[in-house]
Amino acid sequence: MSIDENTAARVAKLARIKVEPEALPALAQEFNNILGFIEQLNEVDIEGVEPMTSVTPQKLKRREDVVTDGDQQAKVLANAPDAREGFFAVPKVVE
Amino acid sequence: MTELNKLGLAGARDALRSGDVTSKDLTEACLTAIDGAGALNAFVHNTPDVALAQADAADKRLAAGDAPAMCGLPIGIKDLFCTKGVPSQAGSRILQGFLPEYESTVSQNLFDNGAVMLGKLNMDEFAMGSSNETSVYGNAVNPWRRGNDDAALTPGGSSGGSAAAVAADLCLAATGTDTGGSIRQPAAFTGTVGIKPTYGRCSRWGIVAFASSLDQAGPMTKSVRDAAIMLEAMCGHDPKDSTSADLAVPNFEAALTGDIRGKKIGIPKEYRMDGMPEEIETLWQDGIAMMKDAGAEIVDISLPHTKYALPAYYVIAPAEASSNLARYDGVRYGHRATLEAGDGITEMYENTRAEGFGHEVQRRVMIGTYVLSAGFYDAYYNRARRVRSLIKKDFEDVFAQGIDSILTPATPSAAFGLGEMTDADPVAMYLNDVFTVTVNLAGLPGIAVPTGQNRQGLPLGLQLIGRPWEEADLLSSAYALEKAAGFVAKADKWW
Repeated sequence: MSIDENTAARVAKLARIKVEPEALPALAQEFNNILGFIEQLNEVDIEGVEPMTSVTPQKLKRREDVVTDGDQQAKVLANAPDAREGFFAVPKVVE
Repeated sequence: MTELNKLGLAGARDALRSGDVTSKDLTEACLTAIDGAGALNAFVHNTPDVALAQADAADKRLAAGDAPAMCGLPIGIKDLFCTKGVPSQAGSRILQGFLPEYESTVSQNLFDNGAVMLGKLNMDEFAMGSSNETSVYGNAVNPWRRGNDDAALTPGGSSGGSAAAVAADLCLAATGTDTGGSIRQPAAFTGTVGIKPTYGRCSRWGIVAFASSLDQAGPMTKSVRDAAIMLEAMCGHDPKDSTSADLAVPNFEAALTGDIRGKKIGIPKEYRMDGMPEEIETLWQDGIAMMKDAGAEIVDISLPHTKYALPAYYVIAPAEASSNLARYDGVRYGHRATLEAGDGITEMYENTRAEGFGHEVQRRVMIGTYVLSAGFYDAYYNRARRVRSLIKKDFEDVFAQGIDSILTPATPSAAFGLGEMTDADPVAMYLNDVFTVTVNLAGLPGIAVPTGQNRQGLPLGLQLIGRPWEEADLLSSAYALEKAAGFVAKADKWW
């Protein structure tokens, strides 16, 4: 599988990272090097092997479905780049 | 008594309890050492006020006879741990200015145990790297040098600042984290001890997430005994981390008998890599001989899927990272790009992440995005998870044969020069973790112990891998190896 500049641009878009057009050829080359390394995995016989979901088999604990936290608006907003009137502020999303 | 910063945890604890020194003495000695070690760039946020207040409280506890194991002992905390009111940036520009409103469980456990925080330690950005060269703070520098050559060497990564600080006696010990080898590789590069416990031993709550199924915290120390003391204080069940194990924490220090007579130590043939330097092979053979002399039974074993561990890791870790790092969007915390007129929310996300993430982090987030994207999820991500099952089964099979622990090199080389790998393919840097990454994929405990030096005088380490949840037994075997190797060398002070 070879990644071209268009694919690299699409991946950057999906990842929400701005990549300048002139940086795309080098990025595509890096992806190809890494994916070439990863493709060794195709040599492995994985027939009948389940994908790992949890490395140390354990049953997740359950608890009552009740509120255990909250009322920390000031703390939640304390690190926001732009907080106004008790909310996170962002550029206009809907015209 | 002079140079209190050169003590280890056990020695300082005993001196505190006997009343020979105070925590204030120890803390001030470390703060002085830190002030004189700017050239190492190990501490990146100093917290002398916090340290002196904690030392004062610890001295009161000691005087009152209420002295837990870590009481009054000054340590450094890796920048990946969220520490309340203290900068916690994960070595990244995107978290510049972030001041957590909460304390990570591991650092809280240490503080409850009386530990003193000297400051935050340098690291690769988001723990992605093997040389500490991806940090927004600049490189941390290894206190060790090649003989009389003054070329700056890497302390390893990602816990490079932690390793450099412990090796240079800026603190008595430090916290690290290990996703693919980030405790054990820097420990080996700096002549220090580092243990990654079984996945689930330490709570991950409040530690900035890289790859959640692989990340574990652990101590970086000057001796195996210190590692046992500090690990016990760090771990324990935490309801705030659903993967934290609800198991009793043993007294690890009490288990340090160093008696390995009759223990079966496995030597995996797949860890003998093509092109491995002779000094690493010699180190390994010496270690095997030491374990044998101490009464262990040496058994040749096979871990057939070893070769596929790194490629599987470089699917799984970036996939998890792309998901975990999606939260850095310029909305809730950290950096937000300055917007141009007409920019909408998508431009805000894209510019914020382009400015805030360094090159290696961007690369891994995008690789993760690709392997999780529609049409490639099965071919890459699910295949890697299936290979991961096989890698874990390799270990289960040898443990079922009665193997107690596995002895391997910790790294494929000694510390390399800062900048030496800059032009190399990213994959060449990834090979640093070739001996350690299997342990994360299988969720096992692993420890790096310094056992020798190369011809240039640089420290080299071996790794012992243990059965799940059997850190006590693993530490005892490591203690035997440490005693047999008798590694006492320190870097000559040049900084």
